[in-house]
Amino acid sequence: MEIDQLTLLDKALINLLQKGLPICENPFQAVAEQLASTEQLVIERLQVMLDSGLLTRFGPMFDAACFGGAFTLAAMEVPEVQFEQVTQIVNSFDQVAHNYHRDHQLNMWFVIGAEQPQEITDVIASIEQQSGITVLNMPKQEEFYVGLYLPV
Amino acid sequence: MSDSISPSNRLDTQKNNVDTASTLTAKEREYIVLTQHGLPLIAQPYHWLAEKLQLSVEATLAMTEDLKSRGIIRRIAAVPNHYRLGYKFNGMTVWDVDDAVAQKFGQQVGDLPFVSHCYLRTRHLPYWNYNLFAMIHGKNEHEISQYRIQIKQLLADVLQTHGLKSNDMLTSKKILKKTGLRLKK
Repeated sequence: MEIDQLTLLDKALINLLQKGLPICENPFQAVAEQLASTEQLVIERLQVMLDSGLLTRFGPMFDAACFGGAFTLAAMEVPEVQFEQVTQIVNSFDQVAHNYHRDHQLNMWFVIGAEQPQEITDVIASIEQQSGITVLNMPKQEEFYVGLYLPV
Repeated sequence: MSDSISPSNRLDTQKNNVDTASTLTAKEREYIVLTQHGLPLIAQPYHWLAEKLQLSVEATLAMTEDLKSRGIIRRIAAVPNHYRLGYKFNGMTVWDVDDAVAQKFGQQVGDLPFVSHCYLRTRHLPYWNYNLFAMIHGKNEHEISQYRIQIKQLLADVLQTHGLKSNDMLTSKKILKKTGLRLKK
């Protein structure tokens, strides 16, 4: 499924549900009413978009820092010949939530999220040991805004 | 149909800093473990969750509201694959901003409507001199380069170099992983 195959309802769902689902017993009914649709159709279309990968997930988004956990951004300079192997190493950790290939000398950038701050240190140490490459740890000192809204 | 959608292009998002950290009860932790992969797409997802948690539906909804008010849940939402939605261009703009004014200017950059994430982070001199990170997204290269110029204008008087460059923009070539937080079961 590609973007040009999205129905008007699909687009309205993407726009509305990036902002959030109401917290109530029948949230999809509430959404359906707002979009002049039906609960069944709303659920069906969301499932189609999730199955096709247009939506990567649907549900609560947690901030580990708020329950004593921690997030950090880390970067590595990975030689191209080792890139695939190091990707496998980094992605193998459950604590690695996102990983991006970027066009910079530091070409691998990933987010580590953990329940205990110590886990972050441990994951970084393991990645360095398994890959033989230094990991630059760039924890946030201050957060000004987090919220990605991409209207379609 | 789109008339019913809020015109604001800023998400209602909780601003979180570590000093507000609170500990989780066993049930709250269970809540996170049960929902971190997503909520089931069924008519009454909180009934499903209530049954799993062995709580009443009312208590489950109250716990959800409470976790949200404490910032532990940022929001309950759909996360799109931005490439697939046509936002094929994103840039992680990075800036070397004078520490003395970094808070003030960081907030101003974070308030720009096209900035999705904005943080102050640790420098790694001499390899990495940038302390302010601002993610921007667009449908073409021109769009993101315009956004970058706007940020540069805002920061014009407070940029420094540490003998390197005052700013850069890293674009992503590929998503290698995108799963979100995972607590161990």
